[in-house]
Amino acid sequence: MNVIANASAYVQATALPQLPAPSSTKGPVHWVRQNLFSSPLNTILTLLALYVIATTIPALIKFYIVDAVWTGANRDACLSEKVGRQVGACWAFVADRYQYFIYGSYTQAERWRVNLVFVGVAISMVWLLWDRVPFKALGMMFVFGVLPIAAWMLLYGGARSEFWFLVVSAGLIAWSIWGDYSALKMGEANAFTRPESLVRYGMLGAMLLFGLYVQFGAGELPIVETGLWGGVLVTMLIASAGIVFSLPFGIALALGRRSKLPIIKMFSVIFIEFVRGVPLITVLFMANVMLPLFVPQEWSPDRLLRPLIGVALFASAYMAEVVRGGLQAIPKGQYEGAMSLGLGYGKMMRFIVLPQALRIVIPGIVNTFIGLFKDTTLVTIIGLFDFMKTIEASFADPSWATPTTRSTGYAFAAIFYFLCCWGMSRYSISVEQKLAAGQKR
Amino acid sequence: MQPAPETGKASLLYDPKIRGYVYQALLIGIVIYFGYQMVSNVSENLARQRIPFGLDFWDSQAGFDINQALFPYTAQSTYGEAFWVGLLNTLLVAAIGIVFATILGFLVGIARLSKNWIVAKAAMVYVEVIRNLPLLLQLLFWYKAVLEPLPRPRESISLVGGALLNNRGLYVPEPVFGPGAGLIGAAFLLAVFGSIAFYMWAKQQQAATGRIYPIGLVSLGALVGLPLVAFLATGGPISFNYPALGGLNVRGGITVYPEFIALLLGLTTYTAGFIAEVVRAGILAVSKGQWEAADSLGLPYGRTLNNVVVPQALRVIIPPLTSNYLNLTKNSSLAVVIGYPDLAQVFLGTVLNQTGRAIEIVGITMGVYLTISLLTSAFMNYYNKRMALVER
Repeated sequence: MNVIANASAYVQATALPQLPAPSSTKGPVHWVRQNLFSSPLNTILTLLALYVIATTIPALIKFYIVDAVWTGANRDACLSEKVGRQVGACWAFVADRYQYFIYGSYTQAERWRVNLVFVGVAISMVWLLWDRVPFKALGMMFVFGVLPIAAWMLLYGGARSEFWFLVVSAGLIAWSIWGDYSALKMGEANAFTRPESLVRYGMLGAMLLFGLYVQFGAGELPIVETGLWGGVLVTMLIASAGIVFSLPFGIALALGRRSKLPIIKMFSVIFIEFVRGVPLITVLFMANVMLPLFVPQEWSPDRLLRPLIGVALFASAYMAEVVRGGLQAIPKGQYEGAMSLGLGYGKMMRFIVLPQALRIVIPGIVNTFIGLFKDTTLVTIIGLFDFMKTIEASFADPSWATPTTRSTGYAFAAIFYFLCCWGMSRYSISVEQKLAAGQKR
Repeated sequence: MQPAPETGKASLLYDPKIRGYVYQALLIGIVIYFGYQMVSNVSENLARQRIPFGLDFWDSQAGFDINQALFPYTAQSTYGEAFWVGLLNTLLVAAIGIVFATILGFLVGIARLSKNWIVAKAAMVYVEVIRNLPLLLQLLFWYKAVLEPLPRPRESISLVGGALLNNRGLYVPEPVFGPGAGLIGAAFLLAVFGSIAFYMWAKQQQAATGRIYPIGLVSLGALVGLPLVAFLATGGPISFNYPALGGLNVRGGITVYPEFIALLLGLTTYTAGFIAEVVRAGILAVSKGQWEAADSLGLPYGRTLNNVVVPQALRVIIPPLTSNYLNLTKNSSLAVVIGYPDLAQVFLGTVLNQTGRAIEIVGITMGVYLTISLLTSAFMNYYNKRMALVER
């Protein structure tokens, strides 16, 4: 007893203050040792990486920002012997030519029409891609029905396109009234006054009014020949036409490939594998030189339309494979459930399978679109003036011929393409995570 | 009113079998109709433009020169020979590009998973930048912004080993084989076969007895040692023809044209970015339990990687790797923009321009790429089947 009482004299009665963890297991020093210098190989790699960063980044910043020339009317602003200092990137060149990069040689006075189309594309992207915006079905109608015809009328102009725009608007309104009327008869009392219908009639009515205004109020829009189009306009046009066409056609091909009917399956497989087996350039050459031979002479497609067809067919094959992946991911029970409800093939696909399948392949669709967007640069080869080509063509302009013009132009193009593609890939990743969150329980 | 007779069968209209036949017949009808229209339009259009149809141009004189050809080719050669020059150049750049892109891609992919923060981030930046820029822009960058501003031949940059670099290309020393050089080649071949035999024997021994042989060291020794011994024994019959300035240009050596360098650099770095992601996904797909099981068996890190992780990762990696190889081959057709004489540039570009035979030339070019694609996928499917998991 005594021993124990004595022993308690050695026991600490009060808690000692907590010491911080030794710096070798926590804090920045630990982090650096663990992450950068954990082994001789790692040390060498770190030093190598630091060396590369130290030699490139400051040089790039110096060239593109510190020494850069931001304003000026012509090449004199960017020549070091004229300004008397070292000259880096010549951003003045971009500032001077940016209109050309956006519109190409599109008639100056008519460029508001291009801007309207840009707004339309922006609206459709937000509408379809941002999941908080309601009325997605209406958005599909806008993107696949309204926008293509409106863009054609606005960009090309002329009486014919205006007439067809009016016909399509009237047709869409009739179709929409018919749809709501049948819903009314099916027992939906507020078929005409529900919010979706109101928005739809608003949209279609505005479209019709705009068409009527252009037709009878403003007079005929002057025709702007496609040879004048260029820059971001053409890049955007090819990419959007590719997606608008390739999505439905790709879905059809994917369904065809999964079909039980042998001949339909065979044609789909042949088309998909053929297109995926050849480079886009050969498809573009085919569209450019063979397509005019395939059709009667008077139908010979426009020089801008040919690559559009080529790109659209090319993208469809890739889209088909993406969609097929989604179709295969739908469990068999969904098909069987639909069939046991008595749904036919069309209704089963439309209401049960495709909505689920398309939802899970949104990331794949966006990735295909990124590829398509990058591939639009290839139309340069068959002589179209897309964004890349307008920049490349501007290098030949003697009034901006300086030693740094080329590096500036490429940097500008790189920033443009990077922002577009990187933004889309971020979007695709975020959708992927959102979908994965739904699967995790 | 009489009820419809009860036949026990629904109307023909609703019989899925009949419907299927009708749909397929319709599709065949449409395809045949359009095919017929196309053929008749083509013949009409060709007749109007007075362009004959057929491959008779194949043996006519081409009349244009190609700077890089793997076999003797002059302006007097035929279009057929131009086709083969282009095809071989395509295969050359694709083969070399695939090798380099694989090496770089694996390095970057592993670097992205490195515990070293800076290395992982640098690899990430590389992958993001490369993958989000069009290949065409990257090719133009290499060709016009990197290789074109190089100094003129008179101010050539001397590289290690006596190579010269200027805006006309890269000039590397050309080996000249003296008598007896064949022996060195033979020694090398012997070493290759010897290493393969030793590898197979060692694997067999390992399976039978569990003993592990130093395969890497032995093969390396054989591959370097045997040719070296042969080289010394025959008295060093290989000499080099060094490139040197002669007048306004560089003479001697082997010329690697800037178009080739630019295309190779562009294709390699671009495809490596995609391969890196494939490799990363493949390694991540191997579950953590596999690493832990290997650890608990006491396998060292290298053996864990070699015998446990990589074989499983390869199963995931190979299919997308194949499609990246195919993409590289197809992307090599972008040579058109920088003027490297590949199949697309020579045949689809120059020959098509000179002869105007659109259908034949586009058809042949597509056929060639299609054949390459189908052959590669067939081979890779076979390989994939061999590598695939054998389940009990």
